Amino acid sequence: MAKDKKAGSSGFSRRDFIRGSAAGALSTGLISSTVAEGAQGGAAVQVLGPGPVPVTLLVNGKSHRLQLEPRVTLLDALRNQLDLTGSKKVCDRGTCGACTVLMDGKPVYACAVLAIEAQGKKIETIESLGTPEKLHPIQTAFIEHDATQCGFCTPGFVVASKAFLDRNPNPTRAQIEKGLGGNLCRCGTYAGIRAALLAVNARKGGTNA
Amino acid sequence: MPEYKWPEANDRDLIGKRISRLDGPAKVTGTAKYAYDINRPGMLFTRTLYCPHAHARITKLDTSEAAKMPGVKALRIIQNVGTEIQWALDEIVAIAATSEEAAEDAVRAIKVEYEVLPHVVNGELGEKAPNAKPAQEQTTGDVNAGKAAATVTSKGYYGIPTISHCCMEAHGHVCEWTDDQHMTAWSSTQAVSSMPAQFAEGAGVPAANVRAITQYMGGGFGSKFNVDRWGIECAKLAKDGKAPVKWMLEREPELTIAGDRPSSYAEIEVGAAADGTLTYWSSKSWGSGGPSGTGTPPLPYVIQPPNRRHQHISVPTHMASSRAWRAPNHPQACFLTMSALDDLAAALKMDPLDFFTKNAALTQRPAVYQQELQKAAELIEWKKKWHPRGQNQGRIRHGLGLAMHTWGGLGHQSNCEVSIFPDGSVEAKLGSQDLGTGTRTVIGIVLAETLGLPLEAVKVSIGDTTFPASGGSGGSTTVGGVSASTRRAAQNALEQLFAKVAPDLGVPPDQLEAEQGTIRVKGNPGKSMPWKQAAARVGMSPLTVRGANPGPGKLIDQGVGGVQMAEVAVDMDTGVVKMVKMVAVQDCGLIINLKTAESQCYGAMIMGITYALTEEKIIDPVTGRMLNANMDFYKLAGIGDIGELVVHMVTGPEHDKRGVIGLGEPPVISPGAAISNAVANAIGVRVSHLPLTPDRVLAALEKGGLS
Repeated sequence: MAKDKKAGSSGFSRRDFIRGSAAGALSTGLISSTVAEGAQGGAAVQVLGPGPVPVTLLVNGKSHRLQLEPRVTLLDALRNQLDLTGSKKVCDRGTCGACTVLMDGKPVYACAVLAIEAQGKKIETIESLGTPEKLHPIQTAFIEHDATQCGFCTPGFVVASKAFLDRNPNPTRAQIEKGLGGNLCRCGTYAGIRAALLAVNARKGGTNA
Repeated sequence: MPEYKWPEANDRDLIGKRISRLDGPAKVTGTAKYAYDINRPGMLFTRTLYCPHAHARITKLDTSEAAKMPGVKALRIIQNVGTEIQWALDEIVAIAATSEEAAEDAVRAIKVEYEVLPHVVNGELGEKAPNAKPAQEQTTGDVNAGKAAATVTSKGYYGIPTISHCCMEAHGHVCEWTDDQHMTAWSSTQAVSSMPAQFAEGAGVPAANVRAITQYMGGGFGSKFNVDRWGIECAKLAKDGKAPVKWMLEREPELTIAGDRPSSYAEIEVGAAADGTLTYWSSKSWGSGGPSGTGTPPLPYVIQPPNRRHQHISVPTHMASSRAWRAPNHPQACFLTMSALDDLAAALKMDPLDFFTKNAALTQRPAVYQQELQKAAELIEWKKKWHPRGQNQGRIRHGLGLAMHTWGGLGHQSNCEVSIFPDGSVEAKLGSQDLGTGTRTVIGIVLAETLGLPLEAVKVSIGDTTFPASGGSGGSTTVGGVSASTRRAAQNALEQLFAKVAPDLGVPPDQLEAEQGTIRVKGNPGKSMPWKQAAARVGMSPLTVRGANPGPGKLIDQGVGGVQMAEVAVDMDTGVVKMVKMVAVQDCGLIINLKTAESQCYGAMIMGITYALTEEKIIDPVTGRMLNANMDFYKLAGIGDIGELVVHMVTGPEHDKRGVIGLGEPPVISPGAAISNAVANAIGVRVSHLPLTPDRVLAALEKGGLS
């Protein structure tokens, strides 16, 4: 099956993500001790860990000071330390998108970002997007078009949809299929998700439906 | 006793309408708490040492270093030296520690050695497998006479591999002991009411002292009925560690040991008279679902030629035991049967639509199938788009295929407790669970409809063993069970309420009805009492009444049909199959919620597209390990892989009068066969095995001399 993982300009792709996270790893000086030894003679390298280190995360507009081992992922920090469990742990290796959060407005797989890499970035999780009492229009459309069954992939899809629609204000069905290609569902809610996103668009006066 | 029945079509305010699910807001905002999301004060995390071999004996096990690692609070040796392990990733040692990282480090400190033993992991070996069981045979009629009567015959070999359930929420539990004798478990299960008894047996605690909670669960598809060994060990770790323990499977064991649909392979011979009427069927099948092999698939499926013989060989393998997978055995039997029949139609040079319509006479419900075939053909424009097999040109070739299926239904045992409170509020309590099928919403619709209230006025409480027991969600029995128990409980509650308000309205109780938020006199709606005022008559305590399934009155039924048709586009150069369109036509008796019923069909079609095109447990014959036990290479279809989907629910008075019938299984049965038949129609040859991956498509073209 030709499952196109490259979203190009219409959204977030796995390739963009891998590129982004590799750059992030270098810029924060996250290098394992073996690499650090090999790099002797170069500029001083700061080695973090393996024990807990202070980490400050800015999540949903609130700053949290935590003590985390450098290997702890952003997803585990959110779920286990901050009890923000809307982002789900499913594949745990950057494939399924159930843990999608926004980092400086861009969607990332929180299972594939280390918490220490996320410092200094603005993290937005599903918990910041709407509440059962005051739903975001994307969430209303997901309910209306029954774009959820067991619901475990749903928060990731909602966050990815938000990021996608922010960048693609008037998407076609083909663009939706490309832009949300980084999220997976097992119950089979894709038909509802497609319809929900087209409906959000139509409500905003978009011409594609 | 009230007369238990469903309201007539013109008296339904909610039943049969498209209604958004009650738990939609919790799910789309991430506030829905699944077992995986439970964080308890002081909670420990589990990591497990799994056996890396498919068949081995443990010869050495030393956990002394691991037990001393920082953060370790409890360690359990699940299988010790001398034990013969029967499948890869069987649990050896479990460790509960203060963090996931600490537990992981401790597992790495365990020293273990194995004597590796020979294994069998390939169910396709059939009778060549060293441990294959003797064939079982079933015969009806006279196959030789059937052969003599046939003018055209077709022989083929077909296969459908082992697949995994791949639930988004892994299997697992959070266990917490409130004292030595009482435990609470948050379980990701599709059978919450059965959890206490299952925990009791393994964890040494009276079932009455176990409370299990499943407010939300992230997919089961048949794989989550059991507490499983990890549940029992989670309870024991929590007791030993004197703290709550979370044990959710990581993705590799989730795919390898917590999900498995048996494989099925068959040599099939079929024949028909010149007009296409089937005269005989003869098949030999084999397959595996782990150590106990696999049962006989229902072959031939749906269509029963008068003369038929079927042999089955069960092949035990060194793989974790199979679990019920949505419509157990049916997708396999459907794929094998409908592929063989479609090949026969091609040999007859007959349009499969005409061939299957004719042979629908050999089903249990000919008229229903013939109507459904006609409707599906109309929706996919069969007569306009169909061409004889392989008779098309170009690099991208389109094809059409179809399949038919059936399933039972009825309803599981269910108890529902309805309370009407003096302030007019209403609650239904059931120890049931919502797998994402919309069970919670169905209960709310039945309760509100029966009491004449808006949906917002009723509260539905499920997923807790403090509520009356309800059955596990399997075999499409839940909607029947809970809708019947809720209807009976609500009718019982109304009967008592009518008795209390009848004197005020000056008529006998049986002259009253609950409609439009009032209790009113039948045929005289002006004579009424608002619901709230009526409810106040129950006194200080709520009026609490139960209803059960099974019970009096015909509210449910069993036996559905369904037809699906697929249009595909195949790239002859790359072998890539793309879905263009798929149509599902499905009957299921009286529909409670049209919106979630349609979603069951959409979801099943997408799940079916996945097992038709990409999904397979790839087992390395050398190591016996699953090679693609991750979501990169265990491929689920994405949003761009599904094409256009059309769902048509067959409804009407003759279906309504049957009562409620479950829908979880039926629509997932046909996709593999329909898509495989569409590919054969497109490219001119049969791709004998699912999934229809590019390599298989190209190999079939080459074998057919068409590449």
